[in-house]
Amino acid sequence: MSHPRDRTGVMDRRDLAWYADRCAQVLIFAGGISAIVFIIGIFVFVTREGLGFVFGPLDLGQFFSSIEWRPTSDNPGYGALALMVGTLSVTGLAMLFSVPLSLGAALYIGEFAKGKTREALKILVEMLAAIPSVVWGFVGMSIMNPLIIQVFDVPVGLSALNAGIILGLMAAPIMTTIAEDALKAVPDSYREAAEALGATRWEVILKVVIPASKNGLVAAVLLGVGRGFGETMAVLMATGHSINIPTSPFDGVRALTATIASELGDTATGSPHYGSLFTLGIFLFVVTFLINLTADLVVKGIRKK
Amino acid sequence: MKRIISLTTVAILACGGDGDRAQRALIQNKGSDTLLNVAQAWAETYGAVNPNVAVAVTGGGSGTGISAMINGTVDIANSSRAMRDSEIEAARANGIEPIEFVVGHDALAIFMHEDNPMSGITMDQLRGIFGEGGGLERWSDLGASVPGCPSDEIIRVSRQNNSGTYIYFREAVLGAGNDFKLGSYDMHGSKDVVDLVENTPCAIGYSGLAYATEHIHMPCVAADDVSACVGPAVQTAIEGSYPISRPLLMYTAGQPIGAIRDYMDWILSDAGQCVIQQRGYAPVREVTCT
Amino acid sequence: MFAATSLNRRSYRNQAVAKAVFGLMTVALVIPVLVILGALIVRGGPAISWEFLFTPPVNGMTEGGILPALIGTIWLVVVALIASVPIGIAAALYLSEYAPDNFLTRTINLAIINLAGVPSIVHALFGVGAFVLFFRFGTSILAASLTLAVMTLPVVIVATRESLQAVPQAFREACWNMGATRWQTIRKVVLPNSVSGILTGVILEVSRAAGETAPIMFTGAAAYLMFLPQSVFDQTMAMSLHLYVIATQQPSVPEEIPYGVALVLISIVLLMNAISIAFRVYLRGLKKW
Repeated sequence: MSHPRDRTGVMDRRDLAWYADRCAQVLIFAGGISAIVFIIGIFVFVTREGLGFVFGPLDLGQFFSSIEWRPTSDNPGYGALALMVGTLSVTGLAMLFSVPLSLGAALYIGEFAKGKTREALKILVEMLAAIPSVVWGFVGMSIMNPLIIQVFDVPVGLSALNAGIILGLMAAPIMTTIAEDALKAVPDSYREAAEALGATRWEVILKVVIPASKNGLVAAVLLGVGRGFGETMAVLMATGHSINIPTSPFDGVRALTATIASELGDTATGSPHYGSLFTLGIFLFVVTFLINLTADLVVKGIRKK
Repeated sequence: MKRIISLTTVAILACGGDGDRAQRALIQNKGSDTLLNVAQAWAETYGAVNPNVAVAVTGGGSGTGISAMINGTVDIANSSRAMRDSEIEAARANGIEPIEFVVGHDALAIFMHEDNPMSGITMDQLRGIFGEGGGLERWSDLGASVPGCPSDEIIRVSRQNNSGTYIYFREAVLGAGNDFKLGSYDMHGSKDVVDLVENTPCAIGYSGLAYATEHIHMPCVAADDVSACVGPAVQTAIEGSYPISRPLLMYTAGQPIGAIRDYMDWILSDAGQCVIQQRGYAPVREVTCT
Repeated sequence: MFAATSLNRRSYRNQAVAKAVFGLMTVALVIPVLVILGALIVRGGPAISWEFLFTPPVNGMTEGGILPALIGTIWLVVVALIASVPIGIAAALYLSEYAPDNFLTRTINLAIINLAGVPSIVHALFGVGAFVLFFRFGTSILAASLTLAVMTLPVVIVATRESLQAVPQAFREACWNMGATRWQTIRKVVLPNSVSGILTGVILEVSRAAGETAPIMFTGAAAYLMFLPQSVFDQTMAMSLHLYVIATQQPSVPEEIPYGVALVLISIVLLMNAISIAFRVYLRGLKKW
């Protein structure tokens, strides 16, 4: 027969553990949903500052169709078309060379490289991802700018091309990594089956691995596009920041993100100009959200199969 | 909670400061990027004059300084333009009466590449180059042939649309109610403007005289066809003969007292005015500096 | 035994060509890292000295060092870590130990991807709207660090979740069989076995947070301050913003100074990354299961 005091002791301890468990569960759940809370928070707070402008001075038609971005003029204009085209042209140029390079690198690292080489390449790609965007911008200003002037014999090297090259290099690591993950997700049994039929490694890749990982590769490209779309400091410093519908890659352009970064600091809180910058923020948020959502759905598609 | 956070951080960093720093008077000084350069120099030099006062200088632009003044979060606001009536009203509504001090003058120089042969330019030509609707697109329109600029195209270098320099240039050169032509390279700082113009034979830009380097060519500016063409210089800015010169302003919240008054007095003294002159701006009066 | 047919030979040639092409593509991506590093070292190296690292900038930031920016970056990163690491670990614990495969969990995962994908300047707008204005922290280290914390949260969550999931299920089951609660199992078995993986994620977050510019430039970082921050309610200088300011705004800064600042910044970031990678490799060798 056990002593009564012992038994209460045991009871107490179990209670304590139970409470601790409950407590932890609540805290962990709170942490678990934090990402959702923050995403909603970002939307709410950015919208909150921009809303007064959206339902006030903003003319949506002008916003999407005019290039007249003159928020500080006596006759203010809030046409964001040139900024959107600027962002698109820089991102487009970036993807033009970055998508093939990244997918090629993913194929090489994932399917051809072995052992030490493979590890070293992966680490280098990771390092590429780690370079801060302000350093990229600085490189664009001080190294790429004179280089472009010299090589292409143009008057100014701050241009869509300059920012595009930099952005391409910045977006490459995420595309390479995600694409490589997608390749890795293709079961080895597929490869073995094809190889058993006498296919070379290249044929296996072309006929089996790429089709099987198609969705993952598309998602990788989408995330790269999202990255390029949202990049700020590098495009601020390397594009020339010129309101322009570009007719050549050597034209200066201006990006949505860079406009916010360049103008927010000088703008009085609550003014229409301030609201217009938050409106650009809402637009950026919605577009990147849609890109990420699409990437997610595309990946889900692969899982269902 | 605030306390706990600060304590934790201090404990973790353990690289705080000496105890006596807490006793120092702290003056918050914020605003114009044009003045940033000289405001820093004042703060640095004043640190030696009066070690018991620390001046925290932040830039961000005239608008930032003025908004901070309106919100009461700054002791001295730097501005390269006068506060608008609406801004003064807003400050009064918050119980703050901004007091304006002219602490110097800045000649807004026109920057060209050092190979550019134009020795002078008129205000009309500047309007034609920078202004919306202005027809001057090529250097040959100005009768100039610029070596190293085969395209003949005038590349306009400007500033972001809410910098004090941009707004002052718009008012003083383009005229009230007029706008800039779009498509200029809008740089984020005067240094950027200088760097770009230095390396671009086709370019024309503008910025405070203090930012000029030896590789920049600065033409003289004529107010109209009959006026003399005056070069940008400290002297011509003090005299007021240079056509694009603006006062540099500091605003305090109400008549300054205590450490802030001492600081403003020192800035306007010969010692303070020598600092601004050494930085390439015009002092409010002629001073002799060692 | 089998003579190589021409078809066969062609496919092997294709294979070799493919390998060479993809190899070159990979090289084309990694070469810029080396070129940039090289250029920064060559041009910024001469600026680096103990004095550069440990004295404040003087004479309108045209001379002197970067001490306040360096210390400011440490403040920003440490405060951001204090805020984000506990939340990140909790989130990862939820996803790995509790979350059923349901709509909520899928939403959380989507939110994490989006949190990582939202442009940094939008994070900055959020920081201004939420921390600077709504919570009235003003432009301060606290506001800037919290903005950084939200932005880098996905880094911690993803790294932690991975290392939690690497703990074999059998460990947990053994614990539950002994009558331990979920929390006891997590505290005594799961966390100790994944602490090094979590650390890897934290170091990675440091590297990420130290390099960011846009989220801090309107929330708490200042172009120039004469004094070091005394509390989280002060503003501070920071390495990344310092580079931006002296590269674009400060006149007559000698060329090697911005290169020097860029070199120091990139060294901090890459060093943190290297530590994190080395740690990961070391751990992989250590795993007993």
